[in-house]
Amino acid sequence: MRRKLPWVLLIVFLGIMVAGLLLGEYKTVLEKAVTVCLDCIGIG
Amino acid sequence: MDAKDKTNAVRKPREKRAWYQAAFALGLNAWLPAWFKGEIFQGGVKGVCVPALNCYSCPSALGACPIGALQNSFGGLRFNLSVAEKKFGLYVAGFLGAVGSVVGRMPCGWICPFGFIQELLHKIPSPKVRLPHFMSYFRYVVLATMVVALPLLIVDQFGFGQTWFCKWICPAGTLEAGIPLVILNADLRGLIGFMYYWKIGLLVLFIGWFILSRRPFCRTVCPLGAIFGLFNKGSLFRMAVDDEKCTLCDKCYEDCPVEIKIYESPNTPDCVRCLKCVSSCKFGAISYEFLGKREVAQDLRLEGKT
Repeated sequence: MRRKLPWVLLIVFLGIMVAGLLLGEYKTVLEKAVTVCLDCIGIG
Repeated sequence: MDAKDKTNAVRKPREKRAWYQAAFALGLNAWLPAWFKGEIFQGGVKGVCVPALNCYSCPSALGACPIGALQNSFGGLRFNLSVAEKKFGLYVAGFLGAVGSVVGRMPCGWICPFGFIQELLHKIPSPKVRLPHFMSYFRYVVLATMVVALPLLIVDQFGFGQTWFCKWICPAGTLEAGIPLVILNADLRGLIGFMYYWKIGLLVLFIGWFILSRRPFCRTVCPLGAIFGLFNKGSLFRMAVDDEKCTLCDKCYEDCPVEIKIYESPNTPDCVRCLKCVSSCKFGAISYEFLGKREVAQDLRLEGKT
């Protein structure tokens, strides 16, 4: 029997990801990622 | 190609997993010039999440750690502040869910550099300690509190949440970013205080634990593994065990890097899908399925090899 659940999950999460991208979240992640994270290195 | 050759061709990637792990570790941290400057890579692709706990403050990291990005989204989600960006972390959550829907926790076994480091350190000869299974539930506590609840609920003097997991726990950040940046950057060296020593102390404890136990961080602490593991039962990639062929010899359990008995629950959230058990099983009892294609290890008994 062909399982549908993984395909449903995949489509739903891809939709969520695209929604995030359309809301400009890539830029938010990028801004954090290109800045030295002082918390991560134990200085924050 | 006869049937035996076909089986051998399938076995090869599994048996060279360490090379794949090394290649991914290098590939995710490929901006090597950053190591000579004491800075971090700042290219435009760095907003792309990677399916691994790989600190984006590692000087040569090319992508974004999804756990760090998720905490930043939750920490910045403040409806009462006009300066807050009100990002819900949809991009990161969607990315994690999409990867999980396809392969479940497989990135832990093949891609994550920190998992690879743990496996390498465990090869150091020493007495070995098995972990009780109940400890695996602790990673969900870490995910729920340090990654979600505390960044959302506890605010600093500016009204924003903090990256609690990165700040207080993450040994990957200390190893991949904290130590190299402090060595390479004199300005950062001048800022060392209690938190730095806390994280170094924690890292030392973790390293000792890595030598004694098999991938203990992945099994008991890692919030990324906790998220991916939730998809193991519902992902396109599936593990399966043939009960008629399985002799309960426990060879798979002895070889498993996360000490699971796969014949009890082939798609348990604890499995990192390294496929070592598929190679270990001499009876061809363990298989995996992806997009309707099923692969089974060769049954060595049939070939007269046992």
